[in-house]
Amino acid sequence: MSEVTRRDFLATTATAAAGLVVAFHLPLSGGTASTEFAPNAYVHIAPRGKVSIVVARSEMGQGVRTSLPMILAEELDCDFATIAIEQAGASTLFGDQTTGGSASVRTCWDPMRKAGAQARAMLLSAAAKQWKVAESECATADGFVVHSTSNRRAGYGSLATVAAKLPVPAEPKLKDNADFKLIGKRQPRIDTKSKVNGTAIFGIDFKVPGMKYSLLARAPKFGATVRQIDDSRAKALPGVTHVAKIGDSAVAVVGDSVWAAMQGRRALKVTWENGPNAGMEESDVTDGLRAAAKNKGVTLYSSGDVTGTQGKRVEAEYQTPFLAHAPMEPQNCVAHFRGTECELWAPTQVPQDVRDSVAQALGLKPENVTVNVTLMGGGFGRRLEHDYGVEAALVSKAVSLPVKVLWTREDDMKFSTYRPVSLHQLSASVGEDGYPTSITHRIIAPSISRQKGTKLDDGLDPDLKDEGSFIYQPANVLMEYVDLDTAVPLGWMRSVYASQVAFAQECFLDELAGAAGKDPLELRLHLLQQDKQIKFFDTVWSTARLRGVLKLAAEKAGWSKPAANGRYRGIAAHGCFGTYVAEVVEISMQGDAPKVERVVVAIDCGQVVNPNILEQQLQSAVVFALTQALHGKITVNAGGIEQSNFGDYQLARMNEVPVVESYFVKSTEAPTGAGEPPVPPFAPALCGAIYVATKKRIRTMPISS
Amino acid sequence: MESFALRVNGRERHVSVAPDTPLLWVLRDTLELSGTKFGCGVGMCGACTVHLDGEAVRSCTTPVSEAANKKITTIEGLSESSSHPLQLAWVAEDVPQCGYCQSGQIMQAAALLAKKPHPSEAEIVDAMNGNLCRCGTYQRIRKAIVRAAGGGK
Repeated sequence: MSEVTRRDFLATTATAAAGLVVAFHLPLSGGTASTEFAPNAYVHIAPRGKVSIVVARSEMGQGVRTSLPMILAEELDCDFATIAIEQAGASTLFGDQTTGGSASVRTCWDPMRKAGAQARAMLLSAAAKQWKVAESECATADGFVVHSTSNRRAGYGSLATVAAKLPVPAEPKLKDNADFKLIGKRQPRIDTKSKVNGTAIFGIDFKVPGMKYSLLARAPKFGATVRQIDDSRAKALPGVTHVAKIGDSAVAVVGDSVWAAMQGRRALKVTWENGPNAGMEESDVTDGLRAAAKNKGVTLYSSGDVTGTQGKRVEAEYQTPFLAHAPMEPQNCVAHFRGTECELWAPTQVPQDVRDSVAQALGLKPENVTVNVTLMGGGFGRRLEHDYGVEAALVSKAVSLPVKVLWTREDDMKFSTYRPVSLHQLSASVGEDGYPTSITHRIIAPSISRQKGTKLDDGLDPDLKDEGSFIYQPANVLMEYVDLDTAVPLGWMRSVYASQVAFAQECFLDELAGAAGKDPLELRLHLLQQDKQIKFFDTVWSTARLRGVLKLAAEKAGWSKPAANGRYRGIAAHGCFGTYVAEVVEISMQGDAPKVERVVVAIDCGQVVNPNILEQQLQSAVVFALTQALHGKITVNAGGIEQSNFGDYQLARMNEVPVVESYFVKSTEAPTGAGEPPVPPFAPALCGAIYVATKKRIRTMPISS
Repeated sequence: MESFALRVNGRERHVSVAPDTPLLWVLRDTLELSGTKFGCGVGMCGACTVHLDGEAVRSCTTPVSEAANKKITTIEGLSESSSHPLQLAWVAEDVPQCGYCQSGQIMQAAALLAKKPHPSEAEIVDAMNGNLCRCGTYQRIRKAIVRAAGGGK
């Protein structure tokens, strides 16, 4: 990479983020200065004492730039208020850097604790050596090694040079949870100030000298390709510099400003060659689900034998639509192709995938593609795709200049990847006591991973294994999965299949409770009454922990007492990404429409790292789920996506948002997911409340459909 | 191209742009004030909110020609050193998650408090309902506005 560019950028960041210097970390481009103490890739300490902690996940609002450094700082015993954060780009030093699957804290917990403990152990050894005392007599606190009997203390910086020469311990001693000083305590986010004064630099704000701006005209129908380009009017506009075909299905308009590129794209005429799905309509989507429902499924989970059960049969079907992530920051990426190498500044959840996809698209070696990770204006899974990164690289190559590719809101709505549709067929046999003796759940939904090219050896979409749990234990359970094709591009969206699976399962439990005249909570607790460990692929679920969050939410919501006049309540729970969540949703009715007034959330996600950020995640997930339940629907029209902006794809606004109360189960278990698990229980709990108010069962999302 | 004299955050700035250019892109691309964000381009999300003569407007649908001769305030000019009561309240309540919409939220709220220093809950919701937050920070936004208005602890 060019030194000029890097210096320019670092300078930009440093001045821009006043108070918080977030530098790009480029471990492959020379490492840290030799005078620094850098026992591992996650932390380095300068002789003047500055502790820099490297974040190898992407910040999209979920707080990793605060919570991950806390984990390391806890073991390092440094002063958290004075640390510097460095954002890792695509690297080979940190394993898989994907930010998704509610996995950042889960997967960084062990390596970042160890990284902090290694540094601390070496600093302590360095001090003991200098003072010629036993290590056992020394302690650490707030960035100092202390020898209390002789009243000596040394700052970490002063020990850096000596510590750097010591061997790195392979298995440093970790703290007991009881000794945590930082973890588990409310900490303010370190990025807040930069986000209230306009200085935080998102991908869309990033600039390099000489950069052009580009918008792309994309195929309006699934699978269409460019037949003919008429760029005469576009090129005649002031500020439009280039028009270039990008791949088979897009044309880039490049200009001196965003506005010039926008005007140019408007003036561009492209004739498209339609593919086989040009006539696809929404009815084809529903018909496709119905047709697939007739196919034999693959067993996802089985316990006991559902075939031989007797008793009253209860059946119901549930359906969910396609959804768009719609993060507030539209997709964008800056790329600079320089002949034999390419550098990108990408708001991405998958820097390594962007690197590899760009390398392939440009015919470069992956090591010649540098991907810097910028701040993201939301992700929600949309930035697990590499499309906009590859586009930026291809446009930069086409015009031999650095380019920022920008998507408009309409581009983001129409050319995204979408949360799949799904159909759920549930059936149960109910015993004389009113409790189900068997439950069968058939999930009919297109596989995201298969559409993206992953071969499903066992016929199961891999995400269902993290998100499709059924922890309740009647005697017999069968879950089946039926895959199908769709022309609609699919993507992973916050909680992926869990919001669909839980909507169907939990609404069905309510129907069983209703049919038997039982309380929805009581029926659930009955099905969880025995302590059992349920192995579901890589996760072992505990009936006791699901029972625990249900009881906690119910207690805090006052479930045992009648709801206030004009208020109606529902309850639901689900386990996914290793975490258990229960929610009580309380509504009032305004005419025929429910108004969500209050949501009580109880979560068991093991050891809580930062209660402040966990509370944010719970509030965020409830609002995200509320958008899905009240409004969320993407439909197919004439071979493309019908919706185009926030007018026809509405997001929850302040007047619809309830008070969210957050409760955490105290735990010393290793942390599990937090960003996604609070999404799934909301919709079924809302539908439960609506049933109490109206005696109507809602079986299709969103509730207005 | 046409020349415009703009008064932005107390400074006179001269730009030469097409007269139909939305103020948003003049601020972001020409004047390098990138705190004002692009969200929808049609005035439906509020991420681009700035003040024109003290009124909260959507800069994505305001042509630069309309902004000339008016006092323009962006998030960068709301206060010296992030000291506006709303900025302090936003920090105290730790409102932002991704942070992308927050410049617009704060500018919208600042216009409200300038007119109504002690708004009711309903007035807050009414004023803020045009500003979307996909992270769902609404609950803390409400608390922060109440705090800035002197009603919070």
